[in-house]
Amino acid sequence: MRGLISQFAAWVDDRTGLQAAVSGFLLEDIPASAGWPQVFGSVALFLFLIQGLTGILLALNYAPTANEAYSSVMYIMRQVAGGRMIHGLHHWGASLMVIVLLLHMTQVFIFGAFRRPREATWIAGVVLLLLTLAFGLTGYLLPWDNKAYWGTVVTIKILASLPVAGHLLTRLAGATDGLGSLTFSRFYALHTLVLPAATVALISIHVYLVRRHGITPDRLETEKQQKFYPKQLFRDSCAVFVAFLCLFLAASFLDVPLERMADPTDTQYIPRPEWYFLFLFQLLKVFPGRLELIGTLVLPSSTVLVLILLPFLHRTHVTLLKGKGQSASVAALALSIWLGLTSAAGWTAPHPKGTANVSAQATEWARVSPEVIAGSGYFRSLNCDSCHNLIVGTPKPGPTLGLTGIQHPRDWILQHFNDQSQARLDRREPSSLSMPQRNALLIFVASVKPESVQTLSTISSEFTNGAQTFVNSACASCHKVNGVGGEIGPSLNGLANRRNEGWVRAHFIAPRKLSPGSIMPPYHFAGKDERDLISYLFSLSQ
Amino acid sequence: MKETKVTKEEENESRRALIMGTLYGIPLLISGTLAASVGNYLFGRQATQKGSWADAGDISDIQGGEPCQVRFERAVVDGWKIQNEQSSAWIILDEQRRVTAFSPSCTHLGCGYHWQAEKKLFTCPCHGSAFNIRGEVVAGPASRPLDRYSTKLENNRLWLGPLENSEGA
Repeated sequence: MRGLISQFAAWVDDRTGLQAAVSGFLLEDIPASAGWPQVFGSVALFLFLIQGLTGILLALNYAPTANEAYSSVMYIMRQVAGGRMIHGLHHWGASLMVIVLLLHMTQVFIFGAFRRPREATWIAGVVLLLLTLAFGLTGYLLPWDNKAYWGTVVTIKILASLPVAGHLLTRLAGATDGLGSLTFSRFYALHTLVLPAATVALISIHVYLVRRHGITPDRLETEKQQKFYPKQLFRDSCAVFVAFLCLFLAASFLDVPLERMADPTDTQYIPRPEWYFLFLFQLLKVFPGRLELIGTLVLPSSTVLVLILLPFLHRTHVTLLKGKGQSASVAALALSIWLGLTSAAGWTAPHPKGTANVSAQATEWARVSPEVIAGSGYFRSLNCDSCHNLIVGTPKPGPTLGLTGIQHPRDWILQHFNDQSQARLDRREPSSLSMPQRNALLIFVASVKPESVQTLSTISSEFTNGAQTFVNSACASCHKVNGVGGEIGPSLNGLANRRNEGWVRAHFIAPRKLSPGSIMPPYHFAGKDERDLISYLFSLSQ
Repeated sequence: MKETKVTKEEENESRRALIMGTLYGIPLLISGTLAASVGNYLFGRQATQKGSWADAGDISDIQGGEPCQVRFERAVVDGWKIQNEQSSAWIILDEQRRVTAFSPSCTHLGCGYHWQAEKKLFTCPCHGSAFNIRGEVVAGPASRPLDRYSTKLENNRLWLGPLENSEGA
């Protein structure tokens, strides 16, 4: 058997030269000074492979159209086995990749590895960084949630404001008439076809050039060279492992943020880019008005230009940076400017008021009427689902509500609710459900549709209880929610932007004290009901 | 002097073992974790509910004894969508008006079959499989009887549930 295997190996080696290639790769001479600082290139390559693998896997369950992208991302996150993990690896992998590339570039800069004869290697590296950022920019739109949509609107506006090329770039991005399906497809094609091909090509060139010129030795190095295998390979493997561990833990324990589906009418939304673009976001604030072009075009493009020309600038000013210490100071200065802008953007950007305690899920269904949300809560708490399916499920004795609709007269149904709820809740009570409660259940049952079931099933009990308190207190007789309700009081949509929790709480107890002339009676809710009602009201978008 | 040399060699040996262990261990660990995640993603059971009940309409007009094809709409979970899909079933009512509903696809390779009243057989035009009125194979390449829907009658209104695979029956 052993003979057969070695015979086969010899045959493969003879026809392909594999063994020679592998040993050539492993036994490459590297400077004796090479060590831990030189590991980041391998980590970046590893992360690129992970992004490729997880990207292909996500594409297997992703619908690349503006109409369905969001539902398919929800499907991957919530229904596909292990979908949360693959999605998490891809999402956090993008951020980790940017971090590792910055570390890699900083190391190369400090060690002077961009100098002659490695100019081309450095330039290929700078372009790879730009490609990685382009991956981030195009991938940001693909979940098609509100964050993606509004973030990309800003990107497109910046593109459009550029002199000369602005018009062409907007056309190229399919955004002449605003951000829509066409832009989505362009971004998807860039993200999954153009950028991967370009990146693979450039990585090949970059790696070829690294091998052609070798790792940069320390200037004063006199020691004998070492081989890449086993010591440097060991260091690279350890670094790759640490990166993988970080990524795996992030994907396991951190939720990937997904807001509600892109809503072009939501003008209250404050768009924010991904964290690694926050410095650009902050630059726009530094240069307002006519000076904006400095932030959007002049500074970013001159930074890129300086990076590309760095090897040549350095040749003309060879005395400029003498040792690692001076290079490290320059790198530290550049990184701290970047970090300063990023953290300034993080601290100063306004967060929508009062929405801090509202989950991302909440916003998805916030446009459904309070009666329907309250009714869905009664449907659950009365165990109606022991006899009825909404759309799908194991066979049950009662009709499937989403398919049959309501087939009985209203009185019959209200009586049915009464009989069933008495049987289920407390037989001694004359009626377990009040009229508004039965009405809410009726409205919910009548509204069940295949397309709304998934949304309704995600509502947490906190919000159904809030909506129930809203319905039971007949708030809608004076206030509008989602355009329906009385006109005596103000509409409650967007309340979170106008008032804070303490104000709303105080207003329930003594309305006239805070709103002189108000005819709203005082309300004394139980603690949990009050908390849930406020959470529900704060989830209502403008 | 000799002893120190041995210790140094031993130290080198254990260092080498650590390096080699890491060189094989890390790729194995990473590819194992990835393979498990990818395997789960591709082959794991999805958290979707299947098998809804669909309203196939009023069957009070259907005569007993003769198969009749009915069309109906059914909500189908299709990946990230739940959508209504047209479907059909062959319905047979016996003397006690007990109902049997066959799936419209031949159990051989899924072609649609027809009822031939003169032969009292369901015949499949693709490869010549034939089934009697009870759905049993009487000729052709099909190896198992016709699949049946679960059924439920509510005041002459027929409800069709998920398919009961005939293999298990």
